[in-house]
Amino acid sequence: MSDNHNQHHIVPLSTYYTIFLALMVGTALTWWVATIDLGAMNNVIMLTIAVTKATLVVLFFMHVKYSSKLIWLAVGGSIFFLLILIVLTLNDYMARGWYTFG
Amino acid sequence: MPTNTYLNAATTLKSWLLTRDHKRIALMYIAGITFFFGIGGFFAALIRLELVTPAGDLLTDETYNKVFTMHGVMMVFFVLIPLIPASLGNFLLPLMLGTKDVAFPKLNLLSFYVYLFGSLFTLYAIVAGGLDTGWTFYTPFSTVASTSAVVPAALGIFINGFSSILTGLNFMVTIHKMRAPGLTWFRLPLFVWALYATSLIQVLGTPVVAITIVLVAAERIFGFGLFNPAVGGDPVLFQHLFWFYSHPAVYIMILPAMGVVSEVIAGMARKQIFGYSFVAFSSLGIAIVGFLVWGHHMFVAGQSIYSALVFSVLTFIVAIPSAVKVFNWTATMYKGSISWQTPMIYVAGFIGLFAIGGLTGLFLAAMGLDIHVTDTYFIVAHFHYVMVGGAIMGYMAGIHYWWPKITGRMYNEFLGKVSAAIVFIGFNLTFFPQFIAGYAGMPRRYHAYADAYQVWNVLSSAGASILAVGFTMPLLYLAWSLKNGEIAGDNPWGAVGLEWNTTSPPPTENFHTQPIVTWDAYEYPTPVEGHVV
Repeated sequence: MSDNHNQHHIVPLSTYYTIFLALMVGTALTWWVATIDLGAMNNVIMLTIAVTKATLVVLFFMHVKYSSKLIWLAVGGSIFFLLILIVLTLNDYMARGWYTFG
Repeated sequence: MPTNTYLNAATTLKSWLLTRDHKRIALMYIAGITFFFGIGGFFAALIRLELVTPAGDLLTDETYNKVFTMHGVMMVFFVLIPLIPASLGNFLLPLMLGTKDVAFPKLNLLSFYVYLFGSLFTLYAIVAGGLDTGWTFYTPFSTVASTSAVVPAALGIFINGFSSILTGLNFMVTIHKMRAPGLTWFRLPLFVWALYATSLIQVLGTPVVAITIVLVAAERIFGFGLFNPAVGGDPVLFQHLFWFYSHPAVYIMILPAMGVVSEVIAGMARKQIFGYSFVAFSSLGIAIVGFLVWGHHMFVAGQSIYSALVFSVLTFIVAIPSAVKVFNWTATMYKGSISWQTPMIYVAGFIGLFAIGGLTGLFLAAMGLDIHVTDTYFIVAHFHYVMVGGAIMGYMAGIHYWWPKITGRMYNEFLGKVSAAIVFIGFNLTFFPQFIAGYAGMPRRYHAYADAYQVWNVLSSAGASILAVGFTMPLLYLAWSLKNGEIAGDNPWGAVGLEWNTTSPPPTENFHTQPIVTWDAYEYPTPVEGHVV
């Protein structure tokens, strides 16, 4: 097995500060959006911000951006399973009332 | 007996409690699992005693609720989930991979203590008032109505979940990184493939149930209302989140048992496994498709009919990889030179009982039939055929198969065979009548029932007492063998596989020299037609 996987990628401190700033901005944006009534769009916007923040944490703070393909596979697999949970649950909620007995 | 073994390397209490040797940790898990099996069995005995008569005359309804809940919680979370991976898996994985230990030995020890701490926390819930929600913690009963110790029990299970995640993670890394030179993926024993598939479920599924249980505790304490329809929540959401893990959890229980069965059949029939790659990939198939079927637990819970239809179809699909295994095991035994010793008798029991458990699962995948038998004893019988007839029988087969490797001694073969037969008879007498009572309409989780069901319940309780004898016997003759059993030698079954290429019991470092693998799994000599090999 290649030893390349074990080499640590040196990330400049400025990257961490930038990502931290982006996360704080995301938090502030979420709070701000929550104060405005956009109807159903509130949830969409806030979830988009949350997913973006999570992606930044995974890529930079968890070093996945600089990791081997095996780590990418593990992360991709985990997201796939999370999607199974969300899609099949929504499959129920979106279809409530489509058919009824009696 | 070899002079240098993991058992006599150090003998102080500290050397056991702080050990990082995967074999000693496995033994500590076996002790823990046996202890909780005893407690869970005690609760089962109370249930069967209560149900001998139709009147609820031994336990009050509230006590009965707590008794069946604690039986379920103990058996599912503290026995069946860690049953094979944490015990036999821990002991065998590094041996089968030809390595000294798992990838993270300290993490392995930590996972044992987390298991112990979590389970003792839940035991505390028993003395703090018991738990009456059923092992499924269904909302809104568990969040707003139950007056029992839901929070301590839930936290204990939450803590215990980390043990499962850590073991799964450890095994996955070990299988990826620690294989002996030459031991490619398709030379791995099928038990290792099964452990890998199990670990996938443990790592991907357990966090979901852990968070869900925390939400139940939080909702109970702070009144969030996530699952409470009175304030806009949805109890069915709890069921989605709970069963997303808890259905695949069935495969955490059964997949390692299937791995054991593959090893024992190959070893006892002295043949290569028929269709090795199909059996290997069917483990992964079960692990993946097993995540798509949870909604069949919710056909009557109020989910949409369209969604139920999708889950029904997907549930039928998961039967395919299970059937692949059963057919391939049968084909492996065909014209094999089968040695009918104790492990093989347990395996034969496994195949028969798992087939009934699996096929009745197909009944339950069909929506119309499922609606008829939901919350009846038919369900109870079905899952006991899978969990006891499958997982526990597989565990018993494995314990008997590798006991000589673990302890260096043989047990009494005659008593082994007798106990396997008693377990098989007792099990069927306990649970087959429950199929009939359930199909006839007897609901589960009641301490009193209509007189018409008494005959089935008396049979079932009689079977449970026979089953108890069957499970007590191995405890006695295996303990006896520790001091008095015949010396086993390194490879009493004449099996292939790296674990048989070291001493019994193995040394702490497993192998005196690093094994290099140049052969495929299960390279048994081909039997000659008409000759016993």
